Amino acid sequence: MKSGAVAKAALAAEPSGSPTSALAIQNLSMRFETSEGPVTAVDDMSFDVPVGSFVSLIGPSGCGKSTVFNIVGGLLTGHAGSVRVGAETVAGPHRAIGMVFQEESTFPWRTVIDNVAFPLEISGIGRDERHEQARHFINMVGLHGFERRYPSELSGGMRQRVAIARTLAFQPSILLMDEPFAALDEQTRLLLGDKILQIQQDLKQTTMLITHNITEAVQLSDRIVVMTYRPGKVKRIIDVDLPRPRTSEVITSTAFGAYVAEVWNDLREEASRGMADAESASQMRPSRRS
Amino acid sequence: MTRSRFRLDTDVLARVAGAASIVILLAVVEILLRTGMLNVYVMPLPSAVLGSFGRLFMEEHLLRRFLLTFAEALAAGLLVAVVGVAVGAALYRWKLLRAAIETWVAAFAAAPLVLAYPLFMVIFGRSALTIIMLGFLAGIAPVILKTVEGLAGVRPTLLNVGRAFKLNGRALFWKVQFPAAVPTIFVGIRLSLIFSLINVVGLEFLINFGGLGQLINELAEQYDLPGTFAAICFVVIVSVVFFVAVERLERWLRPT
Ligand SMILES: Nc1ncnc2c1ncn2[C@@H]1O[C@H](COP(=O)(O)OP(=O)(O)OP(=O)(O)O)[C@@H](O)[C@H]1O
Ligand SMILES: [Mg+2]
Repeated sequence: MKSGAVAKAALAAEPSGSPTSALAIQNLSMRFETSEGPVTAVDDMSFDVPVGSFVSLIGPSGCGKSTVFNIVGGLLTGHAGSVRVGAETVAGPHRAIGMVFQEESTFPWRTVIDNVAFPLEISGIGRDERHEQARHFINMVGLHGFERRYPSELSGGMRQRVAIARTLAFQPSILLMDEPFAALDEQTRLLLGDKILQIQQDLKQTTMLITHNITEAVQLSDRIVVMTYRPGKVKRIIDVDLPRPRTSEVITSTAFGAYVAEVWNDLREEASRGMADAESASQMRPSRRS
Repeated sequence: MTRSRFRLDTDVLARVAGAASIVILLAVVEILLRTGMLNVYVMPLPSAVLGSFGRLFMEEHLLRRFLLTFAEALAAGLLVAVVGVAVGAALYRWKLLRAAIETWVAAFAAAPLVLAYPLFMVIFGRSALTIIMLGFLAGIAPVILKTVEGLAGVRPTLLNVGRAFKLNGRALFWKVQFPAAVPTIFVGIRLSLIFSLINVVGLEFLINFGGLGQLINELAEQYDLPGTFAAICFVVIVSVVFFVAVERLERWLRPT
């Protein structure tokens, strides 16, 4: 409840009028040269992420989500079209963007607190000061008491929370997350979703989440960008008009169900195309995985 | 806390079992020798070997020799670690260099370098320096190869984390890539130390200079079998000390 009031106050402080975009993706395309010829992973995608909003990019596995993630984060180049942060065009990692990766990304040789303090250490903040700040973000993701543990002593979900806290400690104005909960069970995923929502509402954090989970997308987002399967295009942009602040309880409401059905309608076709593709590929090349 | 106590218990148990198995083995050898099933002129009595320790300490300056061998091995080991990691990092950094000489380094590891000792004697004289240099060169290859392997094998995601935090090339290497490669590098260091130690003692034996190797040489020539075996035991102790030290160092650098 308290966090909700904070979020509202922050909203009121925001300049009113047309929402400015934190992130503008325009006519983005990406082609990979592979041994089986060129593959168009992303094809002419355009969408906006308004300041302070939560946007999800959803699509079936292999549709090009991580490719978009890496291009927006400045880790992958060679694309056509543009990605703009405010007024700047992204060419390489941008200070305003913080990334949380799909794969395991904690540093196994650092304790939780030193993992989270990593970006602060890089910017030259002294040990005591950075530990104090790191503790704040560790509490935020609910890992209080685990500061001195090593990642190998934590569960997968806890490690992913460490990665999220580490990126939050970088204090990016845009948080980019690539399926951060993909490896987690449904209950943990919902609770972590709650955490993310709360953090986003507390910090007024502009967030772009990549996911293939429909409930997660509807639960968290102001806007959902549905992608097609191969090549990855924007199929539809759905604005989610559910009340904020939200918690995971929102999933029991009828409006929620309606949004889920809407997204699933769009996705079903793409997902089945993806499945058919995978099946025919496995029949053609039974011994090889692509 | 029950878990750590359990760990301690298994730890103690493992050590006791390890020590017990050595004692049992020695007892079996003793019995076989005393019953005449093994020849006492080939294999000394374990009790006689133990008994000769005192004599070696008093008459053969065992402690001084032990320390000398230890110091030579330590110098060779430090050189191996520092130079090996640096060369490995250079090979990783410059792909052309790597393509040009990685195979040679691997082949070098198999060369019986100790046979080139006359060359080293010409260059460095009949001195500890010869022994250290040969120990160093004989042991360098594994560290180089494992350093290259470790640096090349770092998960791309970890590097991407660093890049996303806008680390420059240097910081990316020292803060992410190198620490991530440390476990693999230590595998190389351990292997290298074995090679170095064998060559240090072997060369002491060959050129009849220095610590335990020379002692073994002298005792063997006097057909002092218990003394020879006792001296060999001390070589084993040197290597044990080294491995414990490396293990400690690794745990200090990378706690899990
Ligand atoms: N470096 C690359 N070289 C060649 N092809 C690539 C490369 N990276 C991605 N692709 C191809 O681009 C397509 C999209 O990949 P991407 O990783 O973006 O999918 P994704 O939507 O993130 O999938 P998932 O949900 O399984 O993570 C895939 O067909 C993949 O094979
Ligand atoms: Mg992906």
